[in-house]
Amino acid sequence: MIPEIGHFALILALLVAFIQGVFPIFGAARGNVTWMALARPAARAQFFLIAIAFVCLAYAFATKDYSVTYVATNSNSKLPLQYRIAAVWGGHEGSLLLWAMILSIWTVAVSFFSKHLPDTMRARILGVMGLISIGFLLFMLSVSNPFERLIPAAMDGRDLNPLLQDPGMVFHPPMLYMGYVGFSVAFAFAIAALLGGELDSAWARWSRPWTTLAWVFLTSGIMAGSNWAYYELGWGGWWFWDAVENASFMPWLVGTALMHSLAVTEKRGSFKAWTVLLAICAFSLSLLGTFLVRSGVLTSVHAFATDPRRGLFILAFLVVVIGGSLALFAWRAPTVGRGGKFSVVSRESFLLANNVLLAVAAISVLFGTLYPLFLDALGLGKISVGPPYFDTVFAPLMTPALFLMGIGPIARWKQASLPELAIRLRWAFGVSVATAIVLPLILGRWTPMIGLGLFLAFWIFGTSIHLVYQRLRHSGLPFMASIRASSRAWWGMVVAHLGIAVFTLGVTVVKGFESEIAVRMSPGDVAHLAGYDFTFEGVKEIEGPNYSASQGQIRITKAGVERTVVTPEKRLYHVQNMPMTEAGISPSIIHDLYASLGEPLMDGAWSVRIYHKPMVEWIWFGCLMMAFGGLLALSDRRYRLQRRIRNKEDAPLEVRA
Amino acid sequence: MKRFLLPLVIFLIMVAFLAIGLNLDPREVPSPLVGKPAPAFSLPRLDDSGEMISNKDMLGKVWLLNVWASWCGACRDEHPILVSLSKNGAVPIYGLDYKDTRFDAMQWLAEGGNPYVATAVDESGRVGIDYGVYGVPETYVIDKAGVIAYKQIGPITEEVLRDKILPLVKRLQTP
Repeated sequence: MIPEIGHFALILALLVAFIQGVFPIFGAARGNVTWMALARPAARAQFFLIAIAFVCLAYAFATKDYSVTYVATNSNSKLPLQYRIAAVWGGHEGSLLLWAMILSIWTVAVSFFSKHLPDTMRARILGVMGLISIGFLLFMLSVSNPFERLIPAAMDGRDLNPLLQDPGMVFHPPMLYMGYVGFSVAFAFAIAALLGGELDSAWARWSRPWTTLAWVFLTSGIMAGSNWAYYELGWGGWWFWDAVENASFMPWLVGTALMHSLAVTEKRGSFKAWTVLLAICAFSLSLLGTFLVRSGVLTSVHAFATDPRRGLFILAFLVVVIGGSLALFAWRAPTVGRGGKFSVVSRESFLLANNVLLAVAAISVLFGTLYPLFLDALGLGKISVGPPYFDTVFAPLMTPALFLMGIGPIARWKQASLPELAIRLRWAFGVSVATAIVLPLILGRWTPMIGLGLFLAFWIFGTSIHLVYQRLRHSGLPFMASIRASSRAWWGMVVAHLGIAVFTLGVTVVKGFESEIAVRMSPGDVAHLAGYDFTFEGVKEIEGPNYSASQGQIRITKAGVERTVVTPEKRLYHVQNMPMTEAGISPSIIHDLYASLGEPLMDGAWSVRIYHKPMVEWIWFGCLMMAFGGLLALSDRRYRLQRRIRNKEDAPLEVRA
Repeated sequence: MKRFLLPLVIFLIMVAFLAIGLNLDPREVPSPLVGKPAPAFSLPRLDDSGEMISNKDMLGKVWLLNVWASWCGACRDEHPILVSLSKNGAVPIYGLDYKDTRFDAMQWLAEGGNPYVATAVDESGRVGIDYGVYGVPETYVIDKAGVIAYKQIGPITEEVLRDKILPLVKRLQTP
């Protein structure tokens, strides 16, 4: 009965989505206030209905209702409760429901925090989001219904993919989807602005906090996924250029460009058409990512079961949404005007250059991801492009982007002077060059890539410190007051940029100085790596709720002093009969010591892989700093101010650099 | 107006490819190398970098050259098929480890099983260029005279093995 309620709620939600998608947009075009007024109640009703469906599915999982096909294929009676709940989004149908759920959360949030918007604008925004929702609900109800019954019911479920039975899995997909789907708000704002022909700085100002929030979620989601892959896959890698990772990385790149572009559009009125295009692309890439993952056109570790009808549906949906919005763009964008002029050397042009680099990077990732598909379509077989391509393409694009990132915030709007910039940044430049040359020599290894990476990391550190120093000194206020004198948006920018520096440093040091050994170890054997001794003390068998594991004990000592014991596991999940590795990691700010069990050999010996990963945690810490920077910017007082004065439409908003 | 249409045009081209990708079965295309002598190589062995393997070592027998890499997802699909093929001994399989690191490659073989008589390490991808490798995996059937008789782009499936590769190998092996 409960699953039927969920199913019925989805059908009702679809009807409400039609009302939300059609009437407000027509109402806005005709000036019909009653039709426009339908947008808000419809958005809330839709949220309520999808929430009911979501709870019903979670309930079916919690109560082990194996008469529901989706529950039977994605859980098992021995699966612990937290993973049974996470299993709601562990498969194709449920992750679509999560998508729809999150879209309705964003929609309802817009309906609450849009009181300061003109009625027509709000009606169009909610209408566009309703149209997107129609697509996803139709998709679910036609070919991917999570509530489909299995008659007769299964005795027990086939279990959740063991790869996904991890605390990371509980947070990673919702975070990622919050980011993906969050770009639908910026998208809806852009489409609404194109429809209404009002691409002004007010539009950019309204879009900014939503875009930043979506970006914060996406950044955290990608970070969580990368960290999860690091300890779960047992290879010590943190990024694999897998099709699904790329699917989340492309919207991130374009979303980052969008955030910066919106800032220029708001402050200077420039880049309007470009900003709209980025808003459309960020969301389109999110949709495309969904298509790539769900349709099974690409092989990937994340791939879900394939059904050609599903692929066709999503493709048709992509054509309508992306094709439609790009057609609208081609029709309306030429009329928006060009905005303020700026010279070749100015903050605008640095931001534009970085924007273009980020967009090109996204295109190159897109190309690398789709290249196997293109060859496949041309009948040249299924192949993998893999890290060699991405590594080759990415470094040359990111180098100038990171370099310009250091200059951008320091340059003046409209017109800056190169000689002046050079003088102001000579210290930062000198220090970063010196570090890039000297530091690797101290650490014992110098390669061009290490030098370049360190240069870029310290260049961003140096320029950021310079920026903060200048700000604080010129304010002429006492220290704490001078910190408060700058807006939180500005501090958010500084923190996020420092996050990039931390990230770059982490990547450079890991890539340049990591070391690894693979050894055969019998109990009592000692392996040596990076000055540490790893004593293998044998393996003990342990039982988990739905798996058995061989847990290795590896004692790590340095010069006879014990540091820690790590316990890598090799698990066998019973239902799917699938082996999984759990790495044993001793993390620290300096380095991670990482061990994972390979295969059991004869006489109690195991093949063991040991990695020394210097500063690898900095990679994720850098991502966290970026996300925190975004949150800081969101807490800026002009957004709080905006809420207080939202009923007074024309009240001046504080605009600060 | 025109430049604003550009994104739409690019998108539509992409859609065309995606649509074909959904609907079209991968067909084989004749490689220009089929019927020509296999390009010569001499590369270090994966398990012992001191020793070299050359395609000349295999003259006089029919063999498969399988291009693979540990970073390649599709290789994972075909790997079990190669392992079972190597066990029944129908034809010797040699590997070409393409743009990979020795460590990862060794681990890959340790985990998934080693179907190869020997694997040559093509770290720079030089030999891959000579063979016209589009991507990984690819497999070549090479006859006793060292001439390429067939090229499989993409993973070997059970069907391809049963219907194409094995009959071809049998025909080539009969004197």
